Amino acid sequence: MEIKVLGTGCTKCKTLEDITRKAVEEKGVDATVEKVEDIMQIMTYGVMTTPALVIDGKVAIKGRVPSIDEIKDLL
Amino acid sequence: MEQKKKFRLIATIAIVLPAMVALYTYLQPLVNYFTYQLLPLKQETHLGEAINFFFYDTIKIVILLFLISSLMGLVNAYFPVERLRVFLTTKKMFGLQYFFASFFGAVTPFCSCSSIPLFIGFVQGGIPLGVTFAYLITSPLVNEVAVAMFLGLFGWKATLIYAGSGILLGMIGGYILGKFKLDKYLSDWVKQIQQNSQMEANQWDNEKTPFIDRLPAIIADGWGIVKKVLLYVIIGIAIGAAMHGYVPEDFFTEYLSEDKWYAIPLAVILAVPMYANAAGIVPVIQVFVAKGVPLGTAIAFMMAVVGLSLPEATLIKKVMQWKLIGIFFGTITIFIIILGYLFNWII
Repeated sequence: MEIKVLGTGCTKCKTLEDITRKAVEEKGVDATVEKVEDIMQIMTYGVMTTPALVIDGKVAIKGRVPSIDEIKDLL
Repeated sequence: MEQKKKFRLIATIAIVLPAMVALYTYLQPLVNYFTYQLLPLKQETHLGEAINFFFYDTIKIVILLFLISSLMGLVNAYFPVERLRVFLTTKKMFGLQYFFASFFGAVTPFCSCSSIPLFIGFVQGGIPLGVTFAYLITSPLVNEVAVAMFLGLFGWKATLIYAGSGILLGMIGGYILGKFKLDKYLSDWVKQIQQNSQMEANQWDNEKTPFIDRLPAIIADGWGIVKKVLLYVIIGIAIGAAMHGYVPEDFFTEYLSEDKWYAIPLAVILAVPMYANAAGIVPVIQVFVAKGVPLGTAIAFMMAVVGLSLPEATLIKKVMQWKLIGIFFGTITIFIIILGYLFNWII
């Protein structure tokens, strides 16, 4: 699975990256987590509010930091 | 959500909400009891009054901030920016679009790192630059933190004036900037996006989660905002409380009183290099006003502090050429100054 965390580098985006990594680890799924900070790349996903979570090319969450359980459910 | 969890959630809200309202209503006597009975402090001393003021304001503002953030979270859950974009592009609105853009700038929680994606998103959707500016101007000026602080420290009339003028500023500023045909001063890659913009008819995917299931996340977000700014609130109020007790009356009036015509431009210019958030600045502003500075001058100062910041300018650099940033900031500065005069004249 390919997971991308979109965010320009504010604290919320970092939090999302951290809990995503934690969720992946705790659930033991085989996935790569990548942080996308480049604004032009972020815009290609059509996201207007950061942070956002993209799983396998699909935007799953945008504009907020979800709970760790919610991410686990998404995986 | 399971039935049991649902029940627990409703029960919690049914208990906590009235408790908060009660605490808010009887806060002054409670804080008085705490500072003058439980703590060995005397009423009518500087220290006693400063500490009383500090506890009273901090608790009051935390309650307001939490309630307002949750309320705005609710609005956002049902009317996210994506929906606003569709709304603005698909309906003919005869100028009202400036109001809607500005109004939603006010109710959406603002994070400076979100401003660029939002800007691009609007441009991508084919929304005119002027309308985009209306959103961009109001968004940092009026937000849940500023509203809660104003409500707590100045009362609802000043809050209405503040929020109303922030929205008005966005509308007029956006409209005028839109008339200037400034699209050529966008960064090249943004221009490209603009040319390829398409009117997305209805790409807004409706999350079909029922209200009750969304509530916990909204409340958690509201509380998250409180936690994030709490430190600034405490520092701001502590400075305010200290100044209240020790700075002499009409200390500021000498420089910033109404009969000095240059007071407002001076306040605005002093404010630009300051980078503070609303949480930290409002308590200090309140002391200014208590010490004789007119409210219009104070509001102008506050708007300049939160609305015109250098870090924001460097962020915006990614999407605009320097010339456009200059025009953007210049226009807002002039309007803030005009608003300041207007208030001092009205009030």
